[in-house]
Amino acid sequence: MSITADAVEAARAEGRSAFIGYLPAGYPDKEASIAAAIALAENGADVLEIGIPYSDPVMDGPVIQQATTEVLARGFRMDEVFEIVAAVSAATDAAVLVMTYWNLIDRMGPAVFARRLAEAGGAGAITPDLTPDEAEAWIAAADAHDLDRVFLAAPTSTPERMRRIAESSRGFVYGVSLMGVTGARTEVSDAAERVVSAAHEAGAERVCVGLGVSTRAHVEEIGAYADGVIVGTALVAALRDGGPEAVAAKAAELSGRG
Amino acid sequence: MTDSAAAGSSHRGAEGPYYGPYGGRWMPESLIAALDEVEQTFGEAREDEEFVAEYQRLCRDYTGRPSLLAEVPRFAAEQGAARILLKREDLNHTGSHKINNVLGQALLARRMGKTRLIAETGAGQHGVATATAAALMGMECMIYMGAEDTRRQALNVARMRLLGAEVVPVEHGAKTLKDAINEALRDWVATVENTHYLLGTVTGPHPFPSMVRWFHQVIGEEAREQMLAQEGRLPDAVAACVGGGSNAMGIFHAFLDDAEVALHGYEAGGDGVETGRHAAAITLGRSGVLHGARSYLMQDEDGQTLDSHSISAGLDYPSVGPEHAHLADSGRAVYEPVTDAECMTAFETLCRTEGIIPAIESAHALAGAARLSAAWTAEDPEAAAERIIVVSLSGRGDKDVGTAAEWFDLLDEQQERQERQERQERLDEDEQGDETGVQA
Repeated sequence: MSITADAVEAARAEGRSAFIGYLPAGYPDKEASIAAAIALAENGADVLEIGIPYSDPVMDGPVIQQATTEVLARGFRMDEVFEIVAAVSAATDAAVLVMTYWNLIDRMGPAVFARRLAEAGGAGAITPDLTPDEAEAWIAAADAHDLDRVFLAAPTSTPERMRRIAESSRGFVYGVSLMGVTGARTEVSDAAERVVSAAHEAGAERVCVGLGVSTRAHVEEIGAYADGVIVGTALVAALRDGGPEAVAAKAAELSGRG
Repeated sequence: MTDSAAAGSSHRGAEGPYYGPYGGRWMPESLIAALDEVEQTFGEAREDEEFVAEYQRLCRDYTGRPSLLAEVPRFAAEQGAARILLKREDLNHTGSHKINNVLGQALLARRMGKTRLIAETGAGQHGVATATAAALMGMECMIYMGAEDTRRQALNVARMRLLGAEVVPVEHGAKTLKDAINEALRDWVATVENTHYLLGTVTGPHPFPSMVRWFHQVIGEEAREQMLAQEGRLPDAVAACVGGGSNAMGIFHAFLDDAEVALHGYEAGGDGVETGRHAAAITLGRSGVLHGARSYLMQDEDGQTLDSHSISAGLDYPSVGPEHAHLADSGRAVYEPVTDAECMTAFETLCRTEGIIPAIESAHALAGAARLSAAWTAEDPEAAAERIIVVSLSGRGDKDVGTAAEWFDLLDEQQERQERQERQERLDEDEQGDETGVQA
């Protein structure tokens, strides 16, 4: 059974869309990143995304790039991810996904990565630069360890690709709200609603929307049609400026508990 | 072709997306539709006589093709007994082979209705070529260049700006070519509707490796015909430098099925592969995924990309085109590192003996040819004298004169001292000015 799907469905049962929050692993240091992720879950996040810092993050805007570059500069190693996932999943009820660029999984080997993630209590992985076309090894490894696999769907994805993405995903489909990289924006593009309906039509049971979401108003707007709303940059900026307490406050505001 | 390998076992014309286990399309979903569009447009265009004629006309009337295949006997004599001929891509308009690919992709961009070109650049050669094509076709142009490289290649930055391009120094990561590609990809994700990403080498997601090679195949096709016409036979070896590997794929391709022609790629060995300060991805031999393709990749134990190092900004890239990775595994081509020091010796020798200033990138291939000739000569001088090496002289070295001057300590010390003194005097005057409240 999918831990992530359960978390999204539990929110649905409460008559709301799921709230999904992203934070980079090890930022600003290991302990604070664990504390921030727990604070995020305690203030309304149903699903946590722990981003693994990577040297070449082509889908990330300046705020997340700056944070992950700092983490790498202090000598971050992959072992730390599993320690963080273990600590966070032990302390919260939220589903804990990692978000990672493919080469980090590739280098470790998909089977070893999946085993270690499952052992740490992780729910699965979001893979921003892996499409189902190249995902055979990852799907096999994730299945072997009963992990969720979240693929991205874009405003430019054809109906055919949408079907492949929906079939290949487990947990939810990550609907990209706009053509661009991560980063807070003042308005949410109207492409988001079209992505969600296209993914639903293609057979996806759960479609969550991310990129550019930074305010409670965005969360409400997107929550009206999506099964979940994903926030990253706004939380990372809060962590940067005010530590785990600021993440708690921002999460409470975004989830409507503030 | 009577000398081609048996049908079915040809190395030529590999279409991708995979070359053995390499290549593919490891990209965000947001870019897949654009890559499909490029693939489809390219597939149609290469079968369209009008398009091909237009491309060939530009190659002839704008670039100045065919480029010469010319012997360099005085250079060769210093290396050993073998004869050395240069494929003079340095004589192309804009000064390197890069223009071949740029004109082709710019035509494709126009065919797709795109009005804006973006590109990464390392040494600045590809950026200059892209800015040139944008000027020629009246397109908007933005070039991403590592901040470190804008410093090393200041003249090319000015050149791109003269051509009407906007040059964006990239301050992330190691501030070199790979970081410029990251930034260009981020731009493309957001602008794909009106923008074509004019990737400059045979790396990246499908269809870039096979498409960029296709536009450069003319290098090898010409060289092969010129050898047959001028020498009545094929060369014994072809040598080319390999960063991403576009000039090497371009010249290798025509010879892939000529089993008697040895193919040698020379990677940037930097301070020496044993020091870790190099850009020799194939020599290091670790497979990984970067910028959309699986290939050999300089990476640490966790899969984080390692910073590459080379005196040549154009070879300063931690991976290599996937078709090269496959040719290396199959043994059809051999790849070896050339250190900065070896490369600069070859650079200086070509200047002094032939009056040709090569790009530092291309000097890696010259050093490789020197090594081949020396080895053959040591083995059997008479047999070596019968052998011919064709070197891809992929670019000219005007942009590298500053680097060479520093390397060889060519700046007049007395003049330098005087300039330093004058600068100090000016600073002193400014300070006095500040103290007395006078505006400078």
